[in-house]
Amino acid sequence: MTTARTKPLASTSNQAAIKEGRHAAFMNTAARRRLGLTVLGWTIAGVIFFPIFWMVLTGFKTEAAAIAEPSLIFSPTLESYTAVHGRADYFKFAMNSVVVAFGSTLLALLIAIPSAYSMAFLPTKRTKGTLLWMLSTKMLPPVGVLVPIYLLFRDVGLLDTRTGLIIVYTLMNLPIVVWMLYTFFKDLPKDILEAGRMDGASTLQEVLFLLLPLTLPGIASTGLLSVILSWNEAFWSLNLTSSNAAPLTAYIASFSSPEGLFWAKLSAASTMAIAPILVFGWLTQKQMVRGLTFGAVK
Amino acid sequence: MKLTRALPLAGIAAVGATATAAYAETITVATVNNNDMVIMQSLTDEFEAAHPDIELDWVILEENVLRQRLTTDIATDGGQFDVMTIGTYEAPIWAERGWLVPLNDLPEDYRADDLLKPVRDGLSHNGTLHALPFYGESSMMFYRKDLFEQAGIEVSKQPTWEEVRDWASRVHDPDNGVAGICLRGKPGWGENMAFVSTLVNTFGGRWFDEEWNPQINSPAWQEAIQFYVDLLNDYGPAGASSNGFNENLALFSRGNCGIWVDATSAAGKLYNPGESSVADQLGFAPAPIAETPKGSHWLWSWALAIPSSSEKPEAAKTFISWATSQEYIELVGETQGWTSVPPGTRESTYANENYQREAPFADFVLHAIRNADPTDSTLEPSPYMGVQFVGIPEFQSIGTQVGQMVASALTGDSTVEQALQSAQRATERTMQRAGYLD
Repeated sequence: MTTARTKPLASTSNQAAIKEGRHAAFMNTAARRRLGLTVLGWTIAGVIFFPIFWMVLTGFKTEAAAIAEPSLIFSPTLESYTAVHGRADYFKFAMNSVVVAFGSTLLALLIAIPSAYSMAFLPTKRTKGTLLWMLSTKMLPPVGVLVPIYLLFRDVGLLDTRTGLIIVYTLMNLPIVVWMLYTFFKDLPKDILEAGRMDGASTLQEVLFLLLPLTLPGIASTGLLSVILSWNEAFWSLNLTSSNAAPLTAYIASFSSPEGLFWAKLSAASTMAIAPILVFGWLTQKQMVRGLTFGAVK
Repeated sequence: MKLTRALPLAGIAAVGATATAAYAETITVATVNNNDMVIMQSLTDEFEAAHPDIELDWVILEENVLRQRLTTDIATDGGQFDVMTIGTYEAPIWAERGWLVPLNDLPEDYRADDLLKPVRDGLSHNGTLHALPFYGESSMMFYRKDLFEQAGIEVSKQPTWEEVRDWASRVHDPDNGVAGICLRGKPGWGENMAFVSTLVNTFGGRWFDEEWNPQINSPAWQEAIQFYVDLLNDYGPAGASSNGFNENLALFSRGNCGIWVDATSAAGKLYNPGESSVADQLGFAPAPIAETPKGSHWLWSWALAIPSSSEKPEAAKTFISWATSQEYIELVGETQGWTSVPPGTRESTYANENYQREAPFADFVLHAIRNADPTDSTLEPSPYMGVQFVGIPEFQSIGTQVGQMVASALTGDSTVEQALQSAQRATERTMQRAGYLD
């Protein structure tokens, strides 16, 4: 009896143990999987971040240490930063970068919001074609239009002006900005706008009070992307400016040298050039990720 | 009460200051980030103090970006720059197109006759100067005295390439991180091809015959390139095909090369104990020769020119005459030390006792520059000007393309023969398209 009683007990506890074991095994696989993904995530992030890390490190080395065998152990020095600071007025270049990047982004959004609105909510049979055509302008190598744009700028006095760069960057980023806004706007149910219209909202009110608040994360991430693209742009900024409107890309370019060692100074200059946008990206990363994944899960 | 009285006064003072500033003309100077140019920029205040009516605005760019930027601006008459930094290659070509302001009315105290003749000739078009030399260079051989002594090598007065190969084999010690010889391998018309052209010259080759037919598949080129590839593969550092001037300078100054043949302007840097760990072991000799001494060492100068699109040519002329004057050289010598003066431009620099005392390589450099003849740098006659380049606009693209093919022979991606055949074909195509050949 006892045995009879204990047996089922034992079998129950066995079953429980098996269940637990299974559960543990499942948890184990899940945990292992999560761990694997975490390691993979960190590895990819590490690989992507490594060049920036190395650049920051090189900025604190002497010129001789910068080109010596790569090493993590060295005595840090600020001599490159001092040299870089003594050579050029960082704040003048940084100010130009800020004005041009944000100015062009504002202008691009101002043009892109109405056009994306009309394409998303009032499409015609040519809308798709127009969108594709706009994107195709990005496929032209910029150097192909350098001389015509240079001549135009010369004639209207836009060479080496912030206004000139703002115009070029706006045109450069407009296709991407329109495309992104278009996809965000398309995800918005039309009924909401229609309801607004039923209540007597004008088109402007519809855009200002319904569309913009509802798609704000998308607009924010589009704007941030445009700021970053404008900040990093080097071809036009080097070719259309000389001294007055030269942004940070021109500042970095001035530290490369055909004769003599320059890696530490170049790294110091680059670190200073990316610092503002890095901090900016860091502060707004929540917005960016939210905006970029906005509407991804349907 | 006090404040209200002070305000108008401050206002008047501010207006006064603006008015003085408004009289000063601002000129934009485009240049590269070489040490000598950095010194020039740091002396801006000295210039502005001596010339209160002129202010300087600097645009410093990477060499290739600068060239592209200047060409665009000059070809479109953009007028963005008042002074530009160009080389011996561009000066005559741009002058011929009317892009540069001729400098035939320099003040007497500028002493243009003091400029070294080959450098002056290199910057002239039809006998008129179109750019003023800021610093000049030729090429020479550097070696490590300690390693040569250990190996029992005595350097001859005029080394030959055969001797250099032998010496390189004797000091080559990869286990201790010393390559027998370091030479340029990074592709580019101003990088590996500057050196390779001098090697080809001294092996008896030339870029073009008198009818502008490319000669790249000739026996002299074959021999020179095969020699270069073997030499670097046997006794060169690892990854020589990515080494340009700066990389080799770093290698040599860290003690990783036994021999290095390159620009004379490296001498000042290698002699500076702050930058070089082999400063006290530095030996130097003329650039090695093979079949002929002709064209065995190059001639280059960085010069300041005024684009014809400049709206302030007079102010620009005042500045470039100052920056290339004897007084400027003395100013740099006194404020920055005599090894830092821009070399290779004036006879008076080499006559200066301070310079001679502190720069033991001075006579060598002077001799090398004086003996470089861009008008006669090949054994067989050639139709072009230039030692390490061909003075035609097409050469930038030809030189870089051939440079890539020579680099592919160096890395073993193609044989020397294959590389030179494709280089020959590519150059023929370019020359045909440019209208030199039928």
